[in-house]
Formats: sequence, C-alpha cells, structure tokens
Amino acid sequence: MVGPVEPCARAKYAGPVLTIDQATYDAIVAHAKRDHPDEACGIVAGPEGSDRPERVVEMVNAAGSPTFYEFDSTELLELYKEMWDNDEEPVVIYHSHTATEAYPSRTDIGLASEPGAHYVLVSTREQGNNDGPVEFRSYRIIDGEVTEEEVTVVPELS
Amino acid sequence: MAIEVRIPTILRTYTGGEKAVTGDGAVLSALIDDLEANHPGLKERLIEDGDLRRFVNVYVNDEDVRFIGGLEAEVSDGDQVVVLPAVAGGAA
Repeated sequence: MVGPVEPCARAKYAGPVLTIDQATYDAIVAHAKRDHPDEACGIVAGPEGSDRPERVVEMVNAAGSPTFYEFDSTELLELYKEMWDNDEEPVVIYHSHTATEAYPSRTDIGLASEPGAHYVLVSTREQGNNDGPVEFRSYRIIDGEVTEEEVTVVPELS
Repeated sequence: MAIEVRIPTILRTYTGGEKAVTGDGAVLSALIDDLEANHPGLKERLIEDGDLRRFVNVYVNDEDVRFIGGLEAEVSDGDQVVVLPAVAGGAA
C-alpha cells in the first residue's frame, strides 16, 4: 500500500517512536501518581540493542523532592551491575514532573547521560495522586538536543 | 597487572568505543591523569575545579569514592573502577 504521502505525514512517521506495552506504561504512571507530589524516577531495562523496554525498575528518588530527582549512587551501581550481568541496558529512563508539563527541563537536558535511552516524562500536575489521564511523553536527549518522539502503547511487545 | 576502569556509554567517544580501559596510579587522581594521557579529554569530563564533578559517580571495588577520600581514594593493581554518570534531573 505504497502511495503518495504528504510531506508532513511522512515526516511524522519517519520520526523516532517509543513502543511500550500497556502493563509497563501503567506501572510508570502508577509510580508517578503514588510518589506525587515528589518526583518519581526509574528505568525500564531491556536486552542490549533491542529497543525493547521489558523490565521496570522503580528507583528511590534520593533527593526526595518535588522539583528534583536523583538515583542513590549505591543503588545506581547495583542497577548497572545487574544490567551488565543480564546484557541489558536502560531502554527507558523515566521521571515525573509534579507541577509542570511533561517536557524536559534545562536540568533534565543538562544531566541526560544516556544517549541511547528514551527519556519518558510523566506529568502529575493535573491529577496528583488520583485516577485519571496523565501526560506521558517521550524524548531523545543527545548532546543537549531534545527530540520528542511518538509513544505507541501496545497490548504486548511483539 | 593494572587497574581496570569501566567507561559509561557517553564517555566512550574518548576511548575509541571501548567499554573498559586500563591505567595505573596510587590514588584516583593519579589514575585519572594516567587515563588522560591515553584518552585525551576524559579528565575534563570527570573533574571540575580540582574536584570530582557533582554528577559523575566513581566507584572503587563497589565503593562510591566520595565515601573513601574522593580523588585521594587509594587504588591498586587489580582494583575495579567504575565510572557512572548520575541519573538525575527534575523540574527545577
């Protein structure tokens, strides 16, 4: 079914995409709601080079703050050693913003250090700890440059 | 024998893509100087104003060096050193 495609449509589909399964999506949103008004943070690990976010790892926000997050340094090392042992990498690095939009802040951009990861931001500013939809957006952050990408939620990763 | 230093993805541009490199030194600062000789540019990404950068973690045999003397932390042959950028950010 190849036919003429309008330039803007083509540009849209040529862009990067985060494909994530419903259960993983729900786990990230639940974590963000639970920790509101503090920022929640964690990763989704997957096999190296696969781009498959398979294993959610909730991390403690060592900063315990509504405006900042940081993985505890000892837990960070444990996490990475576990991933190296499993031949995994952080496919998704997520955190929440609790009073602002789900867009990377200057701090987020300056500290982003995994060029291969999808940086997911969830905003709980509308619903807080309550049920209801949240902003869930994903970005690549490479050398200070932010590129938003589509998020495709599937029932299960194929 | 030498000290193996594990390099994170984002700094592998300085090591020709290598995940781990080796170096020598009696303390961490000397080890970093030794690495810099073979991998120019690396030191600047680890150290700022004479101290370890705030958002870079270095571990010697699984200990965060901030708890064992920082740049003066002792290292020796056979030690495992890991460099990991902090995972941090936030709305602020």
